[in-house]
Amino acid sequence: MEAAVFISSLVDCCALIFLSVYLIITLSDLECDYINARACCSKLNKWVIPEMIAQALATVLMLVSMHWFVFLLNLPVASWNVYRYVKVPMGNMGVYDPTEIHNRGQLKSHMKEAMIKLGFHLLCFFIYLYSMILALIND
Amino acid sequence: MSTQGNANPNSSVNNYSMSSTQNGGGAAPCQNGPGQMYPAMYTASSYYSSAPPAAYPTVAGHSAPPTGKTPVSSTGYSGNYYQSSSGLSPYPAPGTHQYSNAPGQSFQQTAPYAMPAGYYGQVYSHPSQGQTQPQPQQLQPNLMPASSGSNLGAPLYPIVSYPSAPGSSQYGTLRSSQTTAGQPPVSTVMPPPPTQSSLQQYSQGIGATPTPAQPGYGAPPLSQAATVNGQSNAVQQHYDQNLHNPMSHHYAAGPPNSQGPDKERPPSGPPGTSVHSSPQHHPGLLYGDRGVNNAISSAAGDHSSSSSDHEEEDEEDEEAGGDSSSTTTDSASPVPNSYESLEGGGYSDLAAPPAGVPAKQAPPFGYNYPTMHPAYQQNPAPKPNPSPSHGGYNPPGYQPYSQPFPSLSELSSALGGLGGVSELEAETLRPVNLLQERNILPPKRAPPPEPNLSNDLRKVNCSPDTFRCTLTNIPQTQALLNKARLPLGLLLHPFRDLTQLPVITSNTIVRCRSCRTYINPFVSFLDQRRWKCNLCYRVNDVPDEFMYNPVTRSYGEPHKRPEVQNSTVEFIASSDYMLRPPQPAVYLFLLDVSHNAVESGYLNVFCQSLLDNLEKLPGDTRTHIGFVTFDSTVHFYNLQEGLSQPQMLVVSDIDGNHLVKDLLNALPGMFTHTRETQSALGPALQAAYKLMSPTGGRVTVFQTQLPTLGAGLLQSREDPNLRSSTKNVLHLGPATDFYKKLALDCSGQQIGVDLFLLSSQYSDLASLACVSKYSAGSVFYYPSFHHIHNTAQKQKFQKDLQRYLTRKIGFEAVMRIRCTKGLSIHTFHGNFFVRSTDLLSLANVNPDSGFAVQMSIEESLADTSLACFQAALLYTSSKGKRRIRVHTLCLPVVSQLSEVFAGADIQAISCLLANMAIDRSISSSLSDARDALVNAVVDCLTAYRANGSNIQPSGLIAPAALRLFPLYVLALLKQKALRTGTSTRLDERVFSMCELKSQPLQQIMRMVHPDLYRIDNMTEQAALHLNDSVIPQPPLLQLTAEKLTREGAFLLDCGSVMYLWVGKCCNETFIRDVLGFQNYASLPSNMTEIPELQTTYSERTRAFISWLLESRTFLPAFHVVKDDASTKTSFFQHLVEDRTESAFSYYEFLLHIQQQMSK
Repeated sequence: MEAAVFISSLVDCCALIFLSVYLIITLSDLECDYINARACCSKLNKWVIPEMIAQALATVLMLVSMHWFVFLLNLPVASWNVYRYVKVPMGNMGVYDPTEIHNRGQLKSHMKEAMIKLGFHLLCFFIYLYSMILALIND
Repeated sequence: MSTQGNANPNSSVNNYSMSSTQNGGGAAPCQNGPGQMYPAMYTASSYYSSAPPAAYPTVAGHSAPPTGKTPVSSTGYSGNYYQSSSGLSPYPAPGTHQYSNAPGQSFQQTAPYAMPAGYYGQVYSHPSQGQTQPQPQQLQPNLMPASSGSNLGAPLYPIVSYPSAPGSSQYGTLRSSQTTAGQPPVSTVMPPPPTQSSLQQYSQGIGATPTPAQPGYGAPPLSQAATVNGQSNAVQQHYDQNLHNPMSHHYAAGPPNSQGPDKERPPSGPPGTSVHSSPQHHPGLLYGDRGVNNAISSAAGDHSSSSSDHEEEDEEDEEAGGDSSSTTTDSASPVPNSYESLEGGGYSDLAAPPAGVPAKQAPPFGYNYPTMHPAYQQNPAPKPNPSPSHGGYNPPGYQPYSQPFPSLSELSSALGGLGGVSELEAETLRPVNLLQERNILPPKRAPPPEPNLSNDLRKVNCSPDTFRCTLTNIPQTQALLNKARLPLGLLLHPFRDLTQLPVITSNTIVRCRSCRTYINPFVSFLDQRRWKCNLCYRVNDVPDEFMYNPVTRSYGEPHKRPEVQNSTVEFIASSDYMLRPPQPAVYLFLLDVSHNAVESGYLNVFCQSLLDNLEKLPGDTRTHIGFVTFDSTVHFYNLQEGLSQPQMLVVSDIDGNHLVKDLLNALPGMFTHTRETQSALGPALQAAYKLMSPTGGRVTVFQTQLPTLGAGLLQSREDPNLRSSTKNVLHLGPATDFYKKLALDCSGQQIGVDLFLLSSQYSDLASLACVSKYSAGSVFYYPSFHHIHNTAQKQKFQKDLQRYLTRKIGFEAVMRIRCTKGLSIHTFHGNFFVRSTDLLSLANVNPDSGFAVQMSIEESLADTSLACFQAALLYTSSKGKRRIRVHTLCLPVVSQLSEVFAGADIQAISCLLANMAIDRSISSSLSDARDALVNAVVDCLTAYRANGSNIQPSGLIAPAALRLFPLYVLALLKQKALRTGTSTRLDERVFSMCELKSQPLQQIMRMVHPDLYRIDNMTEQAALHLNDSVIPQPPLLQLTAEKLTREGAFLLDCGSVMYLWVGKCCNETFIRDVLGFQNYASLPSNMTEIPELQTTYSERTRAFISWLLESRTFLPAFHVVKDDASTKTSFFQHLVEDRTESAFSYYEFLLHIQQQMSK
């Protein structure tokens, strides 16, 4: 049981890592002017909800399996994802808005955010991996 | 365009091969982005008969001063030119003479900017004043002999091809615009219908090009033969020669301005005419048509439509020229003479400033802003120094130049010991105790501060009207910038109407290989073959072609090319800069015909306006025009003959001209009895988008109510009870992303959407405006418009339409702003879509929109003394030509905080802060934005106090450069956009925000801090003499009721609206002679214009007002306000220094700031 939880978390985490890498690549493409803002934002906006769900899934899994430490670790990130989604102004086209992304250093802050998330997911990845192995051994 | 494209060996230098392979197939054809290259539309060979050197047909732009011209205009012009280029002489000596007499003079086209025509006139008409000036030293005397000059001028200038009729009439235009500027732009002369000329042109185009559908396309090749247009005149001349169509010539020459008789002044046949007879000269004479129409429109403030006509002719000529296989060499040959005489040797070192040029040379006159380049004085409402001892505009301009060079350097070195603080800086840094100094407002609008550059650089620098930086001394590091607490940013007005613009046609547009910067006056030439980019410091090769200077026709003088002599130039772009064939001008009008709209009666006004201006719409034979009306359904009109079923109707306005007219005549009547109250704006816009997608173009939307049906429907969000809330104002942002998405779609298809909102109720402009904001359109708002009940609005609407329909337009444009390595742009303000980090996508660009950007300093600029900014606007003209307008601004870099303060441009800072505050109020909240504005002042003054050691501790101290800062910020806080506590409709607030974000600086400043004059007692003293008319110069008054007296009459100029406030006891002579009424009591309360009475009093007043309006593009609404009228609140709300129930007075505001600072 325990192993199953961590295996699924691990898979989830891998997906999030890939997503973060994808975000970083796309954003840096935009930074280097390889794609235009419109295309970039519509690409990225598609992944806002999947990311939110994946992160929530990991959080909930930890909650139900009562791994409090990992749960508390995941909670801030999950709530941040929800917060930024809810906070999108009515007139904007999603979390990434093509008309705003070049203004007020938004691109940079998105980039920073993606980097931090990547680091966080990597950290989680090893925690899950360790816990999974531990669980498998214990079984 | 790609580097490969340029360097491609396949495309021989002279052969303008349009085939994609030759251009280097791999090359991305578009400067600004990926995109495939379109195959050329015509074969190169047919155009290219000329030999290599011939590829440089030269146009002696400036040699142009027509000897045969009437002395008036030529004098004025050349005089002005003279000054602007060399700063030598303000004298009215006939320019031609000067030119011819001063072969050795350092004379050249340094003044690419438009000088408002008025400027010339002033110069000219002040002979006496001019002479009171001390003569600028040595060189002067040579220049003066005016009498001999006339003789000399003729032989020297044959080339100049100063066209017979048209050319001179252009001059006439210029001149006349001075006198008539400010008149309502009602055209007195109707141009012949374009059909005539355009048809002709069309046929020619067919003959010349394999692809007849694209006459515009056919034209460029010829022009490719590097034509350098110093000036804008030759167009008509060509026309004249080739076509002998007096009608259209007249049309071209006399733009449909209210120019009065001047423009029809018969072309005095100058010696130049003889030159014309030879067709060979054509190519060489190819002048920029831009300039012509610019001159017209900027000076008189209206129809740039005429421009298009010029262009038509231009094209014809080009083609004709090509046919005649003109040897460009011939045509060019005479030019150099004149140019040589113009250019002399003076500027050789100018183009290649040594890398370490001491950036701060102390201007010899430490006083205020003495070292102005004359070109800089073309403020929209230029206010010349009233003191008679100064010769019109000249003094500031030329004093520095008259200073012998050694003394200059001595001075600067002497001042170098003072820690780099020059006299100028000392003045701008002079501490001012704001609490004690009551009259801080200068008697006339202060000119922008002059960058502290060497004279050479200053002379070629970009006009502050076009390009302005908030800090004219760029701080070296971000840390220093942070210490100053001032925003760093640029304010741009890139597509401004210009009177003078060098247009360059060249096979290779020389650009830096790594950063793609266009070559500009601030690059340095390491030697003859290499130049160093001033933005990225890469060393580039000078292409062979560039070695040849078409101006002097000499080889090996790349630094004298017009690109290197002018900071504002326009290139005719090659196919490398096209993603697709240049689009035609396509206009679609989307008209609301619901009950509400019919009730307001706008349809009549619009149809009439369009009927009047149909021929003046910018465009060529490919121009299309279409109409869509909508209420709850969307109606299309088929204007095509011979069709039986309704089908979308976009029809060429040439073929279907009468149908368009019929429709326009019928439209107002068609819906008079409509009961439909719904409005389906969203679906109508979607239909318009689909319709326009294949071509791109301009959609003009007229809307009178909230969209209530279909996609994009909106709900009323305004709560009238909260209009005067002092708490937060909600709903400043859009309610839906529908309009934004649509705008982005439109932008992608090169469709610009302009919105005219004429509604009496809330229409959610915050949402609707998005459609224009992101498609680079413009927004117009006429609250409570009604054709009978609100005549003032109706008049304003008519005037605006007149300008709107006829102004110049650029299609499928992109603008890139580059800056010196180390600086980076982080925020953009204005109407456009930011496509990538420094690329703005503008579906349409119009001459009335301004832009702002904020910058940060990412790397230290310590290793450079100059920072440069370049804005390049690539657009398709209404004639289907791809053009690039390039502006370059150069500013010194400083390391001292005091220097940063000294160079602060308070007007630019206020505008940038306004833009930032609006962003803030939308993204955060209004109160945040207001706090941020106040904090900007507090922080800045605190920083200054902390920096200054010699400042007395008491009082509120500001450097002189920033003494108006608190006043402007207070004025901003009282703007409709940002005020709280005063009842403001949401739509009006949002519109005010839109205006602040998209207007050019001058317009914003008039809006924020209007000009107040007392006009009932204007005297001739210190008046300005312009072309026989006397223009009084009353001093600016502070915006406080204290300055008003019951005995006076006061004029308040708010940019888009003007008030004449008449006091209760105003002297009756004024009321009788100026307003045409017996006494105060008989004055009606809704006067909207000043009658034209034949009294000196009236003439003087009208002269003053029209002088104020001279450089405006949109004419303001005019209101006469009686002291007791209910309308007076609208007047008093502009008196920003006074206290209102919810806002500080100026003094209180100062105290508030002081209090904040002491915290």
